[in-house]
Amino acid sequence: MESMKLGQDKTCIAVLGILAVVTFLIPLCNWIFPANSMLHFSAYTVSVLGKYLTFALLGLSLDLVWGYCGILALGHGAFFALGGYAMGMYLMRQIGTRGVYGNANLPDFMVFLNWKELPWYWIGFDHFGFAMLMVVLAPGALAFIFGYLAFRSRVTGVYLSIITQALTYALMLAFFRNEMGFGGNNGLTDCKDILGFNIQSEEVRSMLLMLSGIALISAFGICRWLVNTKLGRVVTAIRDQESRVRFLGYRVDMFKLWIFVFAAMIAGVAGALYVPQVGIINPSEFSPLNSLEIVVWVAIGGRNTLYGAIIGAVLVNYSKTMLTGLMPELWLFTLGAAFVVVTIFLPDGLVGLLRRRLQEQHA
Amino acid sequence: MKVNSLKTDYLLTAFFLLVFSFCVHAAENPTAQQPLFDALHDLQQGAINDREHAIAQLSEIQSERSLPILRALLDGKLFTLKSGNQLVIGEDNHHGYDISDAVSGIKLDSIERSDVTKINLTNNLRVSLRKTIGQLELNAQDPVIRLAAVKAMGSDDDENALALLHKRADIEKESNVKQAIDTIFLLKEMNSSDKALRIAAIDKLKEVNSIDVVNRLNVMIEKDDNGNYLESDAEVRNLAKVALVKINSRLQFYSTIETVFFGLSLGAVLVLAAIGLAITFGVMGVINMAHGELMMLGAYTTYVMQQLLPNHLGVSLFLSIPAAFVISGLAGIIIERGIIRFLYGRPLETLLATFGVSLVLQQSVRSIFSPLNRSVATPEWMSGSWQINDFLSLTWNRFYILVFCLMVFVLLLQILRHTRLGLEVRAVAQNRNMAKAMGIPTDSVDAMTFGLGSGIAGVAGVALSQITNVGPNLGQAYIVDSFMVVVFGGVGNLLGTLVAGFSLGIANKFLEPFAGAVLAKILVLIFIILFIQKRPRGLFPQKGRAADS
Amino acid sequence: MSAKQIRHEIPMTDHLFHEGVVDTRHGPILYLDDVSVSFDGFKALNNLSLVIDAGELRCMIGPNGAGKTTLMDVITGKTRPDVGTVFFGQTIDLLEMDEPAIAQAGICRKFQKPSVFDALTVFENLELALKANKGAWATLFHRLDGEQRDKIHHIIDTIGLKANYQHRAGILSHGQKQWLEIGMLLMQEPKVMLVDEPIAGMTHQEVERTAELLVSLQGERSIIVVEHDMEFVRSIATKVTVLHEGAVLTEGTMSEVQNDPRVIQVYLGG
Repeated sequence: MESMKLGQDKTCIAVLGILAVVTFLIPLCNWIFPANSMLHFSAYTVSVLGKYLTFALLGLSLDLVWGYCGILALGHGAFFALGGYAMGMYLMRQIGTRGVYGNANLPDFMVFLNWKELPWYWIGFDHFGFAMLMVVLAPGALAFIFGYLAFRSRVTGVYLSIITQALTYALMLAFFRNEMGFGGNNGLTDCKDILGFNIQSEEVRSMLLMLSGIALISAFGICRWLVNTKLGRVVTAIRDQESRVRFLGYRVDMFKLWIFVFAAMIAGVAGALYVPQVGIINPSEFSPLNSLEIVVWVAIGGRNTLYGAIIGAVLVNYSKTMLTGLMPELWLFTLGAAFVVVTIFLPDGLVGLLRRRLQEQHA
Repeated sequence: MKVNSLKTDYLLTAFFLLVFSFCVHAAENPTAQQPLFDALHDLQQGAINDREHAIAQLSEIQSERSLPILRALLDGKLFTLKSGNQLVIGEDNHHGYDISDAVSGIKLDSIERSDVTKINLTNNLRVSLRKTIGQLELNAQDPVIRLAAVKAMGSDDDENALALLHKRADIEKESNVKQAIDTIFLLKEMNSSDKALRIAAIDKLKEVNSIDVVNRLNVMIEKDDNGNYLESDAEVRNLAKVALVKINSRLQFYSTIETVFFGLSLGAVLVLAAIGLAITFGVMGVINMAHGELMMLGAYTTYVMQQLLPNHLGVSLFLSIPAAFVISGLAGIIIERGIIRFLYGRPLETLLATFGVSLVLQQSVRSIFSPLNRSVATPEWMSGSWQINDFLSLTWNRFYILVFCLMVFVLLLQILRHTRLGLEVRAVAQNRNMAKAMGIPTDSVDAMTFGLGSGIAGVAGVALSQITNVGPNLGQAYIVDSFMVVVFGGVGNLLGTLVAGFSLGIANKFLEPFAGAVLAKILVLIFIILFIQKRPRGLFPQKGRAADS
Repeated sequence: MSAKQIRHEIPMTDHLFHEGVVDTRHGPILYLDDVSVSFDGFKALNNLSLVIDAGELRCMIGPNGAGKTTLMDVITGKTRPDVGTVFFGQTIDLLEMDEPAIAQAGICRKFQKPSVFDALTVFENLELALKANKGAWATLFHRLDGEQRDKIHHIIDTIGLKANYQHRAGILSHGQKQWLEIGMLLMQEPKVMLVDEPIAGMTHQEVERTAELLVSLQGERSIIVVEHDMEFVRSIATKVTVLHEGAVLTEGTMSEVQNDPRVIQVYLGG
C-alpha cells in the first residue's frame, strides 16, 4: 500500500515538475534569449506544446468523468468544441473591418451568405468577459441538460456511451450547416488578434502556452482536491456500485450530474485555449472520432489517476504529430492497435505499468 | 488483417472459377442474322440512297439489334473500325471510345479516336431516321419502351407522329400505354373550339394521373399579365378547377405513398445495418464498434467481385452475397476469438477495443484500395424505376433492398428459432453458466453467434453498395444510426429492431420536406436521445430479473 | 424527535413526510397491504400483506422464488409494485419515494451478495454510510468531527475489523465483507433494517456474533432477516413469517411454523 502511494506521488510530482518547467521556463527563455539563440524556442514548438497542454486539460476532465465516476463519455469532445466555438466567436468579432469584405458588423461568412444582421446568439461576443463566461457556461449548460435527463432516468453503461456519441454526432451535423450561423463547413477561422494583441506574435503564443500550463496545473489541483473529498469517495463508490450508493441515501444522479457538468466546463476552457493557438475551429472537432481519441489518451495514460490522463494526452498527441508527419498511413493503424492493446494488456495504462514496476522493486 | 486479406483473395479466386463455369455465353447464330449483315453492309459502304434503304430495312427485319444500332447512328456513335471494317458502337470516354460490336452488342476494347471513322448522316436522313426509330419504339415488344415513345411523340406536335399514335391506339393492348395515347388525344381536344368536346375531355382527364394534364389545367385557371383568365369560358374554367382539386388530392395521396416507400427503404437500410448488431449487442451483449466496418468489408467484396466479373453485374451481385457473408463473418470470428473473448463482462472495454479494430479496418481498406470512394455498378434490372403512373414511381434498387431486407430478417429469425445453433445461442444468451453446465460449448457458440452477426453486416454491405458510394467511411456513416435503431427497438429483440428501423426511416422521410435532410436526421437523433431517457429499455423491453443485472 | 429536527436532517425529501415523523403510535412500523409484482406474467409477489411492529425482529423464510428478495426490493423502492400499498409508520407512503429518500427516512438494507465499495477502505466505506446530510454540496465540504470519528471507530470495533480498518474493502474475506455491510447499516442509524442472508460465508463464531448483534439491536430498531439457515433463524427469532409463491403462507413462532402442515408440504414437496 505505502509503496503504491509513494510511487504514485513520485510520478505525480515528476509530471507536475515537467509541467511547471514547460509552462514557465519556455516563455521565460523566449523572453530572455534572442531569436537566433539555442535556447529560443520556435513559434511552432511553442504552439504545438501549447496545444498538447490543452489536450492534456481535456484528457484530465475526461478522467474525472470516466476514471472516477465510471461514465464512459464518448461525446466529451463536444464540450471542448463548444468552448472553442465560444472563443472563436470572440476572435471573429475582433477581426472588425479587416475581413475580406471589410464589414464591421458581420463576420465574412455571414456576408457571404447574404445575412443582413448578426444573429442574437452572437450578441455579446465582442466582449472578452462575456465570451469567457460562455466558454464555461455553454458546455456546462449542455452537460447539465443532457446529464439531467440521462442520469435522472438512469441511463448507464454502454447506453449512456452511445447516446453521448449520438449527441456529439448530432452537434457535428448541426454545426456543418451554414444556417446555424457558425461558419458551416469552414468553421471560424482567419483570427487576427486577442485583447488587441496579434495572435500570431511570439509573445502572445508564449503567453497562451503559459496560460494553458497554468490552467492545467490549477485544474489538476482542483480535481485532485475534489477526488480526495468525501464527494470524491461517493463518486468512486457510484462507479463501483451505483445502486448500493442509492440505498445509502445519496442522490446518485445529482453527484454524477455535477461531476459531468464540472468536467464539461474544464473541457470548455481547454477548447477556448486551443482555438487561439491553432487559429481555427470547425465542426470536425465534434466528430465522434475526436471524442474517442480523448478516451484513448486517458486509457493509455492510465485512468483514475488524473496525471495519467496528462501523460497519455501528451504522449499520444506527440506520436500523432510524429507519425502523421512521417507516415500518415501508419497513424490510424497505431491508434487502432493502441485501443486493442491497452484494453487487453494494459487495463491500468502506462501509469499502472509504472506502478507495478515500482511495487516490484520495493518488494 | 494480413491473414484476412489473404483469405479474401483465395475465396475470391474460388468464386471466380465457379462463376466462370456458369457463364458460358450463348453462341450467336450467323445464318439468322444474314439480313442484318446485308443492311449493315449497305449502311457502312453504300451511297446516301443505299443508306436510306438500309435504314428502312433495319426497321423491317425483326432484330433486337436494330433499335440500338439506329439510335447509335442518330447520336453519331456508330463507327467503322479502320482495321478490319467492323461496325462498332462507341461511347466517348474523354480519351477515345469504349466500343462494343454493333451486331452482337458485346463489349470490346477502348480505342483512340483516330482508329475509327464515323458513319455520317444528312439532314434528310436524320429526319427519316427519327421517324423510323419512333415507329420501331412504338411497336417495340417492351411496353416500357412503347410508353416512353408515346410520351416523346406526344410532346412534339407532329402530324406524322399523331398518325402513328392513332394507328397504335387501335392495336395497343397494354392499358397504361393505351391510356397515355388517349391522354394525348384528349389534351388535343382541349384545344378544340367545340365546347362540348372540351368539357367531355376535362371530365375524362380528371381521372388521369398525368403531369401533362396538371400543367394543362393549371394554364386554364391562370391569368395573363392584364388580369384576364387565359381560359375565357367560365364554365370550362370552373370544371378545370374541380378537376384540378380532384387530381391534386390524388397527387397528395400518391406522394404520401412515395414518402412511406422512401421511408421504408431507408428503414430497410437501417434494419439491414442494425440487425447484425441486434445479434451481437442484443443477444450477446457485446458492443461491436467495428460493425460498420464489417459492412464496409461486405461492400468492398461486392466491388472486388465486380472487378473480377465486369460483364456480369447481376451474377457478381448475387455471388457477392454469400461471399460477403463469409468474409465479414470470418473477420467477425477473428475479432471475437482474438479480442472480444478476453473482454466478456467488460462492455466499455469491449467498446474501446472494437473501436480500435474499426480504425485498423478502415485504414487497411484505405491502404489496399484507395482513400477515394469506389463506385459499384448496379445491374440493369435494379436501376431505373417502376413507373406506376405519372405521380408515382418507385426506384427499383430501393424496392429490391426492401425485399432483400425482409428476406434476410425472416431467414435470420428462422435460424434463431428453428436451428440447433439458434437454440444454443438463445440458451447462452439467457444463462451462460447453465448452458455450459448442460454441455453447450459456449466458446464456439459465442464465435458462431458473432460470426453470424458479422456475416449479416457483410450482407448489409452488399445492399449498401447498390445505393451509396463504397468508401472507407461507409461504416462510420451507419454505426451511430444502427446503434440507435437497436436501442430504440429494445435490446435483445429482433422484431423491435425491425419496427424501430422502419419507423425511424419513415419518420426521417416525413421530416425531410419540412426540415431538410440534415436537420431531419438531427431531430430524429434528438428524439431517440429523449426517448431513451423516458424508456431506457426501448420500445420492446425485456422484463424480469435478468434484465436488471 | 421533533418534526423540525427531521426536516433539518433530510432537507431534500421533506415534502414526502406528511407528518414529518415516523408515526408508530399504533404499533406497526411497516405496513404492506395487497402488494403484487409481476415480471412478464410471473407473479413474484401475489397479494402479499405483511405488518412489522416497531422494534420487532422478524425472520422471513421460504423456498427459492417465494418472493423474499422482491419483497425487500418493494420496501426499499427498487421495484414498484403493480398494485398495493406500502406504508412506513402510519403516515409515510413509501410508494411515493425513491431509494435515496427511503434510505434517508430510515429504512436500510443489506444485500444478499455483500455490496461494499471495493476501491475504498473499511473506514471510508463506513464514512459514506454515516448518517449526515447527503446532498452533493454538503458532501463536498464535509469534514468528520471528533464525535463522528469516534462513532466510526466504535462501529469498527463492533464489527471486528479494527485490524483492517485502513485496508481496502476489496481484499476482505467474504465474512468480513458481510460484517462491514452490517456496520454500514448501523452507521445509518436506521429505524428498519432489512438483512438479506447475513451469515453466508461466515465461520461458526462469526455466526454466533451476528446472532448476538441482531438480537441486541431489536427493540431499538425493527429488523427483518431473510435467511435459509434454520439453525440461525431458530437462535434469533421470536416471530417467523413463511413466504410461498409471493404471499404469506403462515406466521408464528418457530415451533408453530415448523409444525404447520402447509409449511412442511412446501418445504418437503408434495
